[in-house]
Amino acid sequence: MSAINRGVRALKNSAKRYSLAALARNAFNGHNQWTEAWRNAKPREAYDVVIIGGGGHGLATAYYLASVHGIRNIAVLEKGWIGGGNTGRNTTIIRSNYLWDESAALYEHALKLWEGLSQDLNFNLMFSQRGVLTLAHSEHEMKEMSRRVNAIRLNGIDSEVLNPMEIKALVPIIDINPGLRYPVMGGFLQKRGGTARHDAVAWGYARAADDFGVDIIQNCAVTAIRREGDQVTGVETNQGFIKAAKIGCVASGHSGVLAAMAGLRLPIESRPLQALVSEPIKPVIDTVVMSNAVHMYISQSDKGELVLGAGTDAYNSYAQRGSLPIIEHMLEAAVELYPIVSRVRVLRTWGGIVDTCPDASPIISKTSIKGLYFNCGWGTGGFKATPGSGHVFADLIARDTPNAIAAPFALSRFESGHLIDEHGAAGVAH
Amino acid sequence: MLLIDCPWCGPRDDSEFQYGGEAHKRRPPAPDQVSDAVWADYLFHNQNPKGLYLERWRHSAGCRRWFNIARDTVSHAVLEVYPADALPSNAAARAVYEQNWRRENEAAANAAAVAETTEIGA
Repeated sequence: MSAINRGVRALKNSAKRYSLAALARNAFNGHNQWTEAWRNAKPREAYDVVIIGGGGHGLATAYYLASVHGIRNIAVLEKGWIGGGNTGRNTTIIRSNYLWDESAALYEHALKLWEGLSQDLNFNLMFSQRGVLTLAHSEHEMKEMSRRVNAIRLNGIDSEVLNPMEIKALVPIIDINPGLRYPVMGGFLQKRGGTARHDAVAWGYARAADDFGVDIIQNCAVTAIRREGDQVTGVETNQGFIKAAKIGCVASGHSGVLAAMAGLRLPIESRPLQALVSEPIKPVIDTVVMSNAVHMYISQSDKGELVLGAGTDAYNSYAQRGSLPIIEHMLEAAVELYPIVSRVRVLRTWGGIVDTCPDASPIISKTSIKGLYFNCGWGTGGFKATPGSGHVFADLIARDTPNAIAAPFALSRFESGHLIDEHGAAGVAH
Repeated sequence: MLLIDCPWCGPRDDSEFQYGGEAHKRRPPAPDQVSDAVWADYLFHNQNPKGLYLERWRHSAGCRRWFNIARDTVSHAVLEVYPADALPSNAAARAVYEQNWRRENEAAANAAAVAETTEIGA
């Protein structure tokens, strides 16, 4: 694989660049002179590219269009506030330990971009490669895991199998008693995996894209996609018509709504996915632990909150809230695996609407309409892919041809049957 | 959490039920003779509306019977519960049924079948 083109670095010679000198200068001014991180832009009449969706993936797409492909006349339309959808609702886990070659290429592309992204964006993303441990609770799961680890390593990605004693040494609060209903039989660790500050990812990309001249337009909801014949011409929004010859849709759970505006069909079901945080406690866990079998994953934020992820509700919804039995089910598993959390209180729970795909793999694709592109279907695990997703989607939009990484994720796979079944590697069943 | 009024057992929590996705989907009668696009429509391209949705549910921890409901995917309000082999009687739900692009596909498939029968007859 050739070296990744990371593009022109943002804010290179800008007065807005964050640095020790800037910190000192602003300290002398009583910190009253910091400039806004991005402009609150109003829509212009026309753009070369319009990105619908101001989450991490959409902002990353705009950033790489500007930094790698030199396309600067871009608007990112966000119906709410940037990063207010699933970018701000996930459990911030980053890893690239997928089974199939196609997925390995995509997620590892993303992980390589994560490594050094804070420098690229001149923004502290609090990227922490604290490791991601995935547990196995049965003989069958151990065998399946060994197979997956072999596949991952053959793709040049780090992963190692751990036995229960090694897991106990890594995660002292875990209960490895073999008498548990779902005993810890082993697990596998990706040391390069970890977490990042999710809001900072949206803000960092927004600030860097804005520095390249990208207009970030918030409170701008798209109401229709206009076209002439089979070529898009622009979008109708609550802030008026915006002309564009290329439109990238990156709207997660609402992708189906956008597709319907263009008369397209997507193989997506929108479902609520929930997470919660506990009250802050002293540091007890310095890695990420996932368990597919009992449906929970846990890490600890820098503020001390335990961050726990649950499963999806079984039925379609756009309500941005999930049901309590899903939370209860996940907490049962948490208390069994980590008995010390039994009396820790839940601080808050929330839900986001995710776009689940039949094969648990994303869609990065052209459509039958010229100039209309979709990046969606990331389902329950899109955050980890944010930089890679934006990077390959920008490439697709700029060149109108998918590169080797994006090509297998085209919509046509649902007709050809070349599905990329990653239900085993997705953290959450759907 | 939904409260679903099972036609046979009465109102129960959604955790007693199994979700069956889009209702009124018809399997192409001869899968080996339809195009990949039609087969993909049947397998993967479900309606995913933001609003009223006609969907199948099964009372898997109760009477184990399938039935349909018309539910709003934003408010989660259930407008109507009706038998699996019937159409909704609620006007809004009926409109959702009729506006589904599958009805056009079905009409086209029926027309093709009629044409073929006529050809064989001739």
